[in-house]
Amino acid sequence: YAWDANEEYLFKAMMAFAMRKYSRKSTTQISNVLLCNVTDRVSFWFVVTDSSRNVTTVPGSEVEAAIRLNRHRINNAFLLSDKTLQFLKITSTLSPPVEPSTPAWLIVFGVVLCLIVAGIIFLVVTGIRQHKKKYKESTERENLEEKGEVTVTVENGIPCEALDLKAGHVNGVFAADDERFTSL
Amino acid sequence: LAVPPEIPKEDGRPKWDNKFQYILSCIGFAVGLGNVWRFPYLCQIHGGGAFLIPYFIALLFEGIPLLHLELALGQCLRKGSIGAWNTISPYLGGVGAGSWMVSVLVSLYYNTVLTWVMWYFINSFQEPLPWSFCPLNENRTGLNKECYESTAVNYFWYRKTLNITPDVTESGTLQWWLILCLATCWAIVYLCTIRGIETTGKAIYVTAIFPYLVLTVFLIQGLTLPGATDGLAYLFTPNLSTLKNPHVWLDAATQIFFSLSLGFGGLIAFSSYNPPKNDCEKDAVTVAIVNSMTSIYASIPVFSVLGFKATTGYWDCLDRNIISIINEFDLPEESIVRQNYTAWISFLNSSYPEKIAGLKLKSCDLQEFLDQSVSGTGLAFIVFTQAIILMPGSQAWAILFFIMLFSLGLSSMFGNIEGVFTPLLELKIISKSIPKELLSGIICLICFLIALCFTLGSGSYWIDIFDRYAGSLPLLVIAFFEVIGVVYVYKIKRFSKDVKQMTGRKPNLYWQFTWRFISPLLLLIVFVAFVTLQIQKSPSYAAWNPKYEGFPIKEEKVYPPWVLAICVLLAVLPCVFVPLVALFQLTKQMCRSKEPSRVPPEVFSCQGTIS
Repeated sequence: YAWDANEEYLFKAMMAFAMRKYSRKSTTQISNVLLCNVTDRVSFWFVVTDSSRNVTTVPGSEVEAAIRLNRHRINNAFLLSDKTLQFLKITSTLSPPVEPSTPAWLIVFGVVLCLIVAGIIFLVVTGIRQHKKKYKESTERENLEEKGEVTVTVENGIPCEALDLKAGHVNGVFAADDERFTSL
Repeated sequence: LAVPPEIPKEDGRPKWDNKFQYILSCIGFAVGLGNVWRFPYLCQIHGGGAFLIPYFIALLFEGIPLLHLELALGQCLRKGSIGAWNTISPYLGGVGAGSWMVSVLVSLYYNTVLTWVMWYFINSFQEPLPWSFCPLNENRTGLNKECYESTAVNYFWYRKTLNITPDVTESGTLQWWLILCLATCWAIVYLCTIRGIETTGKAIYVTAIFPYLVLTVFLIQGLTLPGATDGLAYLFTPNLSTLKNPHVWLDAATQIFFSLSLGFGGLIAFSSYNPPKNDCEKDAVTVAIVNSMTSIYASIPVFSVLGFKATTGYWDCLDRNIISIINEFDLPEESIVRQNYTAWISFLNSSYPEKIAGLKLKSCDLQEFLDQSVSGTGLAFIVFTQAIILMPGSQAWAILFFIMLFSLGLSSMFGNIEGVFTPLLELKIISKSIPKELLSGIICLICFLIALCFTLGSGSYWIDIFDRYAGSLPLLVIAFFEVIGVVYVYKIKRFSKDVKQMTGRKPNLYWQFTWRFISPLLLLIVFVAFVTLQIQKSPSYAAWNPKYEGFPIKEEKVYPPWVLAICVLLAVLPCVFVPLVALFQLTKQMCRSKEPSRVPPEVFSCQGTIS
């Protein structure tokens, strides 16, 4: 928006509002705020006079304090921010960034850790079960071998699937024995 | 039952599910963090596109031959590094032991780097990103002093993540957040390596392929950023005069060598799970070329983003100058913009030189911003994170970036852990009744406990030490002895016959030439040059010291003598296994030769043992 006399009027009104809120007297009027040296760049000097005390200016520290108290409202009136509406010699008190009560990273960390622990437990349990199954199968195989019923061709205790498929005679009972499992 | 003579004796050894898994594991092992944060840096400082010339020459004469050697060795002997070298010759058993030691040392600190990546990853879910703003100081009047003097990203890295001490001798305290992340990382490694290659083979599908997807996404995003073309032009413009500098050739040779992860024993372990009739020659060439292509492919998004960051920094510099000029001369807003800045500056300088001088304007030079080159953790955790803040949708980019880094590092960790795990399984020390899950759990637990010392305040200094001394020099020595051992002790003719047996064709003249002469010679030259350079530079490190006058510039400090002793120990320990084991075997042989009943040693070859 362009800076014109209406915006200047609004500025005077905001300054009067700030002074009223700060000093809690309702005597400051818009006519008490004087602007001078307005430049094209929209920068100017202003003073606030005190009509109750014979047209003297209010001390700068009071004006500064009033502005600091109501900075947020002044900024919003002009749709500007601390950076775009600068009062020389008034540094803003910075508001701390919003921090949630639980740091966000702890939540994510908890989720990740739970997933990993679940995975480990799953793998360990399946490993134990496979180990038991293999142990059971190997005892079964020994029993069958004693009875002479086994028809699987075994070379050094390893089923023929691990060897050349065309040469051996494959028994379906042991086809399930996945040779990927490492011997323990 | 009679066994047909061609079928080898089955040993119940685990196998890869398919060839693709094996190739992917090798590629994942070779492609690691260095491809993303070391290669682009080297390209940048060594004359851009011109660096590719020494790089490819080193690949051809050093990288591919050594890779083929290791893969063929593992496939033929079907044992991990310690067992393999013991089989080649008992005197060379030290080479295997040295590889094993290096794998252990590197696993320790490599996972701590992944811890940092994980920490950044879980912090990326916060809005706004925690490294984008400075926290306030105690009385809330301004920003935290350390953060204000450096930058928010520096502060988050050095203080919030590492909580770094100003000196390597000050250990500081254990950082509990890093311990949590370290435990998580080792839990992930355990989860993936719990049953050896059965589980890593499944995990590698994700961890090896995912980084390529993310790199492609970053490539597309990076090319759309403003200033990306400047960065890319800067990277790839060749400056052939740098080739006269021998440092460039040395850097190319070392980069190829370390990038392919040679000498760790991990590649030998991977290929030992292969069926014997596998074309290892093609595998070696494939893995090496994919690794180099990945490096080049990764440097494109990295440099787009760096160009974007430089351009943004340049624009910020210009904007700050413009604001001070406008304030000083009370000119209307938007009268000076970036495009007519130089015109205005020259005009104002001629009309009001004192006023301009009084403003103390910083000179803004895009080239200067582009010249800031960083490698290693600085690239990922400081420069890249800063660039990510500037991108729209920065949270998503941060999450993607850190998952990518994590996958890259994790797939390399698999290779490291296999290099530790496989030889241990074959040593007769470990009883056969111990399940694999328990053994891998014990390894991960011990490594986690030792790696706790990297979570101290001085941890990152120690990681630099490990990286510089344990992860560099011993590998060169081990690789040199590998080549010499195979070519001159095992004899190249025998090895060629073994390779012919596996691949179906005799290794051609290129392999013969490089294995016999070129690679050992190159390794020797690189080793000597490397050692000379290390000795010439006094071992110093850059410390982050907020109380230093030049802060935020890092303070150059010298290592105290006890730290130097540790550095030397780290570099020498793996190498010393080679002569020690040779000496031990020699004395054993001499004692045994005095006994009358001496069994002639078995002659080993890939066809099987022939006594």
